[in-house]
Amino acid sequence: MADKVLMKGNEAIAEAAIRAGCRHYFGYPITPQTEVAAYMAKRMPKIGGTFLQAESEIAAINMVYGVASAGLRAMTSSSSPGISLKGEGISYLAGADLPALVVNVQRGGPGLGGIQPSQSDYFQATRGGGHGDYHMIVLAPSSVQEMAELTVKGFELADQYRMTAMILADGTMGQMMEPVDLNFDVKPAPEKPWATTGTKMQRKHNIVNSLSLVPEELEKLNIARFERYDLVKQNETMYEEFMMDDAEIAIAAFGIAARVSKNAVKEARKRGIKAGLIRPITLWPFPDAPFKKAATHVKEIISVELSMGQMIEDVRLASECKVKVSLCNRVGGMIPSPEQVLDAIVKASNNGGRE
Amino acid sequence: MIVYDKPHALLDVPLHYCPGCTHGIVHKLVAEVLDELGIEGETIGIAPVGCSVMAYDYFACDMIEAAHGRAPAVATGVKRADPSKVVFTYQGDGDLASIGMAETVHAAARNENITVIFINNAIYGMTGGQMAPTSLVGQVTQTSPYGRDPKLCGYPIKVCELLSELEGPEYLERVTVNSIPHIRAAKKAIKKAFQNQIAGKGFSLVEVVSSCPTNWGMTPQNALKWIEEKMLPYYPLGVYKDRSASEEDKK
Repeated sequence: MADKVLMKGNEAIAEAAIRAGCRHYFGYPITPQTEVAAYMAKRMPKIGGTFLQAESEIAAINMVYGVASAGLRAMTSSSSPGISLKGEGISYLAGADLPALVVNVQRGGPGLGGIQPSQSDYFQATRGGGHGDYHMIVLAPSSVQEMAELTVKGFELADQYRMTAMILADGTMGQMMEPVDLNFDVKPAPEKPWATTGTKMQRKHNIVNSLSLVPEELEKLNIARFERYDLVKQNETMYEEFMMDDAEIAIAAFGIAARVSKNAVKEARKRGIKAGLIRPITLWPFPDAPFKKAATHVKEIISVELSMGQMIEDVRLASECKVKVSLCNRVGGMIPSPEQVLDAIVKASNNGGRE
Repeated sequence: MIVYDKPHALLDVPLHYCPGCTHGIVHKLVAEVLDELGIEGETIGIAPVGCSVMAYDYFACDMIEAAHGRAPAVATGVKRADPSKVVFTYQGDGDLASIGMAETVHAAARNENITVIFINNAIYGMTGGQMAPTSLVGQVTQTSPYGRDPKLCGYPIKVCELLSELEGPEYLERVTVNSIPHIRAAKKAIKKAFQNQIAGKGFSLVEVVSSCPTNWGMTPQNALKWIEEKMLPYYPLGVYKDRSASEEDKK
């Protein structure tokens, strides 16, 4: 395959996963992510890998749990309703400190919702989604190139921190086609001495487990896990700033909303409004720093989302309520237009100075 | 001369099972088979949620604790990761036949090359004696205090019979462990279920009709009798599927 190719976002994820050394994929059909499964079904048998259409999303995530226990890179993908079903398995992966990659190509909800793009699983992704105290590393691509690159990054981070990494994309990202450069370096997976690969009668048995019935011990495990999460926060937070240096109005947006917003920012600049964009690439850990800094010089932050306002809570927390934060959104599978975002910028700009 | 020894594949730790519970017997049989086949070092066991949840502390091979009912899916992942390994699940009736029925049926339908040890004691033990998918009609449990009424909650599920209708599985046998001859027969079945996997034959499940004296409210002796008198008439022992053997017969 040529190294620069035109691909759908979903296909880019699948090809990048293979290039990252993933040879085990378990899926279940659901729109708008089914191309990931279809791509894997074609490719995996040819490279000695496993594609298995599981009987359910629950089974798929537990197959991932099995492969991860055996120390190999494994992934599953789904869209919103299917991710809810995977919540149980994701919690167990967290409890057993297993690395895995889960892709959510979001669609509108709640319930069966619709099949058009959405960002309304932000809370579910960034707060864990399943039961118990845990986090996933949540990566939000805003181009097909990033769909590929963040997939590789997701496997690497998952292995490094023994966590689930989630690609939080949306139907637009999954379905749109763009040229992708697939020529990226992949860090090899680290040694996994904890994996259940058979004792060979040469070591004590390994146990992969999330059960801990002694509260003092379970407390220690939780605290140790969160110390690891602190390292992720320190080392792995990613974001992009666009024209933020002198900005008076800041947009907060990720994924498809960030692309729309970038156009609106450019248009606003043409009209003499100093607008800028902060695009979180990791949604967990959330990039607090650029928002804290923005709060010292902008008069308003507009959170542009394909939800009823979920990331806006993190924007408020990060900017420590020192500046007005407003919402510009569409939901149910609708996407804000650049004009809608521009209107919000103009309105904010006309709202007088900083309080 | 050593007449009896503890199997190497069973660790020398106290088991948490109640007095008279037959889990200990089945653990020992599995461990003896791992010893006899010399596969402990290449085996990965999957523990369920239920009374045998802590089986991971008892077997000397590598062990994984799965979510409730998901052991066959986890086993599928482990086996696909390295087909040269021996993978078994050890599951109770709630785990395998209620919450995990989909995983069980589909692993069987795929003829996933794994070994499943299925403990059917007609009750949820770990949570204190609730009605299981295999509880008998009329059986009194904490959640069927007036006896299991089929009008309200249907009939107990016969797992071997159900799975035997599928093309997929290689081997299905129901055994029990309420007497020495039955224990010997159970071991033979368990050994075969592992040998099938080593030979690449596919999904092999041994259902072990077992006792739960604590939650049945019986002495261990009476519980073994209850197996004979109440369980076995509804859950007849025998081979429900043995594809290789029946293909041999056809030749």
